Amino acid sequence: MTVSLSPVLSARHISVNLGGKQILDDVSIDVSPGELKVLIGPSGAGKSTFLQCLNFLIPPDTGIISLESHEIDAKNPRALSLYRRQVGMIFQDFNLFDHLTAVDNVAIALRKVAGLSRDEARRRAMAELDRVGLSQKSGLYPAELSGGQKQRVAIARALAMDPKVMLLDEPTSALDPELVGEVLAVIRDLAAGGMTMIMATHQMDFAQALATEILFMEQGRIIEQGSPAELLAPGSGTRTGDFCRRLLDAAPAAAKD
Amino acid sequence: MSFIVDRVIPALNDGLIMSLALIVPSSTIGFVLGVCTGVARVFGPRWLRSLGNAFTTLFRGVPLVVQLMILYFGLPNLGIYLEPYAASVIGFILCTGAYQSEYVRGALLSIKQGQIKAASALGFTRLQTILWIVAPQAARRALPGCGNEIIYLIKYSSLAYVISCIELTGEAKILVSRTFRPTEVYLAAGVYYLVMVSAATWILHKLEERFAVPGFCGAKK
Amino acid sequence: MTELLLAKLSVILDALPYILEGTLVTILTVAGSLALGFVVGVPMAVLEVYGPRWSRCLIRTYVWFFRGMPILLLLFLFYFGLFELIGLNLSTIAASCLVLGMASAAYQSQIFRGSIQSLPAGQLRAALALGMRESEGILYIVLPQALRLSIPGWSNEFSILLKDSAMCFVLGTPEIMARTHFVASRTYEHLALYLTAGVLYFCITLVGVSLLRCLERKVRIPGYASVNGSF
Repeated sequence: MTVSLSPVLSARHISVNLGGKQILDDVSIDVSPGELKVLIGPSGAGKSTFLQCLNFLIPPDTGIISLESHEIDAKNPRALSLYRRQVGMIFQDFNLFDHLTAVDNVAIALRKVAGLSRDEARRRAMAELDRVGLSQKSGLYPAELSGGQKQRVAIARALAMDPKVMLLDEPTSALDPELVGEVLAVIRDLAAGGMTMIMATHQMDFAQALATEILFMEQGRIIEQGSPAELLAPGSGTRTGDFCRRLLDAAPAAAKD
Repeated sequence: MSFIVDRVIPALNDGLIMSLALIVPSSTIGFVLGVCTGVARVFGPRWLRSLGNAFTTLFRGVPLVVQLMILYFGLPNLGIYLEPYAASVIGFILCTGAYQSEYVRGALLSIKQGQIKAASALGFTRLQTILWIVAPQAARRALPGCGNEIIYLIKYSSLAYVISCIELTGEAKILVSRTFRPTEVYLAAGVYYLVMVSAATWILHKLEERFAVPGFCGAKK
Repeated sequence: MTELLLAKLSVILDALPYILEGTLVTILTVAGSLALGFVVGVPMAVLEVYGPRWSRCLIRTYVWFFRGMPILLLLFLFYFGLFELIGLNLSTIAASCLVLGMASAAYQSQIFRGSIQSLPAGQLRAALALGMRESEGILYIVLPQALRLSIPGWSNEFSILLKDSAMCFVLGTPEIMARTHFVASRTYEHLALYLTAGVLYFCITLVGVSLLRCLERKVRIPGYASVNGSF
């Protein structure tokens, strides 16, 4: 690894124990600028917990997280807020603010957290909505949007904070099959634009095409990691390859989209 | 007809002023008490939560008449003497506060965890999350219940008469004892209440409409 | 100090049998008015949802009137005014039941209407498709489901009625409050006695609500959730 590629986000030895159950067991990750790391693995493997740990939404029991070589002190609310502004998070079930229109969903953090004026925030929010192709829908409430549109608003909301890293927690798994494409297209654009991302997903085609590295998780541990070419090569005999084939066999239609 | 105009309406107008003097402070202070209690019952430390729960269960489990009787006739046994008006307002505040807290608590509990997570992920502090995400959603959820509670209070303010605070019902009762025309007088008093209740219902309805968000807590799409 | 407390205790103990007799009257009043409200409220709800326009207007006016008036005023209006006007000579208990029952019918009809309207429209349509007449569909398909959904609201209505019944003492109905008031005005132990009355009401509420919760469990159909009620 060259010096210029020092990691944007680095997590070391993250462990989480919830109610006596070891959810995460000594997980580490380094993400360099522009990388797209993809977490895959069976449900319950700890992918979602790990992503939420990286943002301290679930505080890790042990481990160190640093952004651009600065260790984050999660006990300090100001430092935590500043850190979270720089790390965008996309949830499986969108979590748009139900009482706000699409544009206000994007604008509220700009106003309240980043301290922009109402007009500035609105202008910026509209620009972000435009970027995900939703400037026409800015006045609609979450209940009036389709799942794919909701997730695109959520992405715009995260992008508006100018994050250095984006965490995407199965962004397409709550969507109807025909809506998956529009969200993946937005993520693809982000990757092409050099956004640094960690994404948990079951979309293997997508992972294979775009991931710089695939991390296979099982029972709270990363058990394999490597480039898609290494892990998914026919006859490689990896757990990852095995898992993907089973995904394809079990639900060919679902894995296709 | 002249009986109504000359005798009933002036007396009932006096009563109406007293009724409003009971309802307005009781409902506002009771609402504030309810919000504080409701918030304490959700976010407070353990002991405060238990205290809030006990208060709510107690005041919702005992008839308001009994509470008023205790305040007005009972407290003098402890050397505490309250004016009828003061006893009524205190009783109304405590009782309506207990009911209001139930709606506030329900509204706060109904907010999805994901909303709070999303706000934290954007860098909102705890206070900012409560102020800009939790409160606006909870207020919308609590509005119908809290509004209804105020409508209930308008009707139950008639109980002040029982501890000799002479408001609408009391004035009507006195007038009947002088004129022996119960049907006309009580019906006329009823019209006052119907107008107050209908007006409050209409305002509540308008407020709900004003703050309605599509797809949010039963609002139409 | 202990002597004083003992003296108060003996006043309560002396008065208790007399006040407890009032509990029976209270329960009778509540049961009577709840039953009356049910018998009148259910047809009102059905008519409001399925009935012709004029019946809907009539029912809405009835509901508006009884829900817009304080119970206390209704008791005065009917007992001292309207009942006498139409020559109805009722005992205080019967009059209390009737007035509370009429008011409760207004409230209960709205509970049942809400339940009926929350049922999927397909239920009645499926009944009609099987060849049932609309009245049969309502009776055999809609109501059994709607009434189950109504139990939490109904349990709420019970505890409201119980508390409202305490107002009937203004007519001289010999229930808990009237008797407490009577003893208190003779012994001047207002605080102790009213607290006792409060405890009594509290206990009746608890017992009644848990009985209704039992009923709810008993008639529950799997997969048929209803909103939780509380008192």
